[in-house]
Amino acid sequence: MTSGFPGRGALVQTGRLFALGVDVARRLFQRPFQAREFIGQAWFITKVSALPTALFTIPFGATIALLLAELARQFGAQSQTGAGSVLAIVQQAAPIVTALLIAGAGGAAVCADLGARTIREEIDALEVLGISPIQRLVVPRVLAMILVAVVLNGLATVVGIAGGYYFNVVVQGGTPGAYIASFNTIAQVSDIWISELKAALFGLSAGIVAAYRGLNPPPGPKGVGEAVNQSVVISFVLVFLIDFVVTATYLQIVPLKGG
Amino acid sequence: MSAGVEVVVEGLAKSFDRSVIWSDVTLTLPAGEISVLLGPSGTGKSVFLKSLIGLLKPERGSILIHDTDLVHCSERRLYEIRKLFGVLFQDGALFGSMNLYDNVAFPLREHTRKSEREIRAIVGEKMEMVGLTGDERKLPGQISGGMRKRAGLARALVLDPEIVLFDEPDSGLDPVRTAYLNQLIVDLNAQTDATFLIVTHDINTASTLPDNIGMLYRKRLAAFGPREVLLTSTEPAVAQFLTGRRQGPIGMSEEKDAAQAQRELAEIQGEMAGLPQLRPQLTPSPGQPRRKAVSRRMDRIMGMLHTLPSAAQDAIRDSLPDAHRRWYPGRGGHGETEVP
Repeated sequence: MTSGFPGRGALVQTGRLFALGVDVARRLFQRPFQAREFIGQAWFITKVSALPTALFTIPFGATIALLLAELARQFGAQSQTGAGSVLAIVQQAAPIVTALLIAGAGGAAVCADLGARTIREEIDALEVLGISPIQRLVVPRVLAMILVAVVLNGLATVVGIAGGYYFNVVVQGGTPGAYIASFNTIAQVSDIWISELKAALFGLSAGIVAAYRGLNPPPGPKGVGEAVNQSVVISFVLVFLIDFVVTATYLQIVPLKGG
Repeated sequence: MSAGVEVVVEGLAKSFDRSVIWSDVTLTLPAGEISVLLGPSGTGKSVFLKSLIGLLKPERGSILIHDTDLVHCSERRLYEIRKLFGVLFQDGALFGSMNLYDNVAFPLREHTRKSEREIRAIVGEKMEMVGLTGDERKLPGQISGGMRKRAGLARALVLDPEIVLFDEPDSGLDPVRTAYLNQLIVDLNAQTDATFLIVTHDINTASTLPDNIGMLYRKRLAAFGPREVLLTSTEPAVAQFLTGRRQGPIGMSEEKDAAQAQRELAEIQGEMAGLPQLRPQLTPSPGQPRRKAVSRRMDRIMGMLHTLPSAAQDAIRDSLPDAHRRWYPGRGGHGETEVP
């Protein structure tokens, strides 16, 4: 039954990951919807990732603002600093911070929780009681990850722009009016939508990877630690890949406003 | 309460990737009887248990329950059949976020439309059965391993299962608690008449609790049959395991070499007097109903008595109540005179 060729293991794992994704999609509409579990998990994931997101975004937004202000000054376009800063934060910085936190903090917590339940045989016990752990535990967690990712992305955007404003106007002595007035010279509303879409996709993929590793940990308590580690690494690779594909597609479909 | 159901396993084989766990396992768990599956550590006893409930999928063979083959049936049907099972996992497998009451009530809330009042009555009854009355509000993390097992048992029994599987109920328990748990298992069998399968490597449990014993060894089912047959067996691996000695084919790893086996045998020359005296089987506590399985089993065993080894025949005849013994003359036809 097993024919060994290089990379077979990776292919099998990828296949199983997708199978779990399909299973989650199928069980999404199975009643009764686990509302309590969903709310509880959304709150839990928010708790572990909201504050780090804000703390992460302030220096990140500031760095972008400082860099752009310096660039704009050299081109003699100080009045357009706000335009570049907003575009960078909405389109890239906020979704990337969200991706890091949702996969690193939220995904790790979900994976550790499911992994501990798996080795305590709670998952087996559920199956024996004729209850699908996918419907009961995984679907609410994946949905919570998506919701929290979208909300975190909004939070990161606001904090990032506020941080950029503070550093540009207060620290570097820029003009407040010019900074705000240039906001929508190149940024457009669809940038926000695509940013939120990306965040939702990050939440979805990080949620499914975390659930997959959590439900299939290597044996023993040490295995759960390994599973969490792998889950974070795999989610990172996956979310940045998604980020690239979505951004490239978006830029092809919706040209830049000033372009 | 629902009566037990027969489980027929035929030619079952399971492997992980390339390593075969066991193959060609064929046995029948007789309805309502207590069977024990023994085996050295790492022979796939727990894997067998998980295959029986469909948590793991065997590659070959069949598991028949109520005319449904669990290995080949649809997922929907599998979920239906699973409701007939109660499973006690090694550490109880209680849901960590719920207290004991909610854990035991969980299957009722999921699968029945009972009111909270009815649920309270049933949970109270099961908690009393396992001796946990008063501990309903405790969380699984706050209680001892033995209590977790008993709470897990209460949850496994709450839907009145027809088949109850125990994954090492005696692991991590002291001998006294094990004795109490074994007595509890016999009493539960008397009350429910469900089919019990217990996976263990405790010799004490194996020699006093079950009606039937099976042993997994060297990737196959080495033996399965009435307790008297296994407990009087001279098959080297079975005898070694049931006496718990080093001398025999079972080594520290799966097998050992011939030289070591010779050396060990020399150490106890003359002492290998064979198996210890057969210990009587546990009976339900006073006040409990009689086990319906006992008379069914007696009919079954007596029908096959002449096919069994002579040591087993003697053991069975010795275990008969005096009133019955005269119906089954010993070898040589002494009839009533054979009463020792």
